[in-house]
Amino acid sequence: MPAIYALYVINKSGGLIFNKEFVTIASNSLNDTLRLASIWHSLHAIAVQLAPAPGCTGIELLRADTFDLHCFQTLTGTKFLVVAEPDTPDVEALLRETVYDLYADYVLKNPFYEVEMPIRCELFDQNLFNTIAAVHRRWGLVH
Amino acid sequence: MVAYNIYFFNRQGTCLYYYEWHRPKSVRQGAGTSADDQKMMFGLFFSLKTFAAAMDPRQDNKSLGAPLRIGEACTFHSFCTNNYKLHFLESPSGLKIVLNTGPDAGDLRDHLNYIYGAIYVECVLKNPAYTPGRPFSCELFTARLHHYIRSLGL
Repeated sequence: MPAIYALYVINKSGGLIFNKEFVTIASNSLNDTLRLASIWHSLHAIAVQLAPAPGCTGIELLRADTFDLHCFQTLTGTKFLVVAEPDTPDVEALLRETVYDLYADYVLKNPFYEVEMPIRCELFDQNLFNTIAAVHRRWGLVH
Repeated sequence: MVAYNIYFFNRQGTCLYYYEWHRPKSVRQGAGTSADDQKMMFGLFFSLKTFAAAMDPRQDNKSLGAPLRIGEACTFHSFCTNNYKLHFLESPSGLKIVLNTGPDAGDLRDHLNYIYGAIYVECVLKNPAYTPGRPFSCELFTARLHHYIRSLGL
């Protein structure tokens, strides 16, 4: 069954600034999550170095045995990572449009938010949760 | 669809075989030398394997960076960027095959398995003059590999 497990946001220097799990079967400790975020940041850069063709901008989709990891890098270098069940449809659009819009509306437009710092915005949390819950309901997954 | 290059690594991380069909961005614009390129490629998929094992949403009590036995933990089989796709296969004996293609390629796991079982094992491993774990440059292997890649439409 398609499902979205988690969302991570990594700032342009590789630090984890937001993490949220929507469906929890197993989870990592916060320390490991922080390390994984910076590992991803460097692997993303190495993949660009190793590209056999010019103009590569980094990994967009990592396919593993038990999950798909979608990565969307914005023009300013912030990375949005979504861990989803393999072959979950429309995650790309969800990231690029819905989640990015929510980030712009409730994080960047928040006057108390400092760029590149951890995201602690209640409205972002709420709206993100509602959006993901709506998507999951459409797939028949109840929270 | 286009096939860019292929790498074979042994379990120690030595590159046994490398071939490029087409590489518009040369090694000099990337890692520098081809030895560095191969080391970097090994580092990339080695770390991605560790990363995938730690990210696995279904496995509890993972310890990041713990040594992994082959086939034991969740591993990745491909990744896609805007202009290339990397396919990865690890055999039970620790041989690793990395194939880079254009981003529009589909799932090539079966084809990599075929390259391993019907081309590498048949032409290289069964060659009595070959010492396992050493770099190879077998003519028959190269010819069959090219033929197979061409037959895939790559």
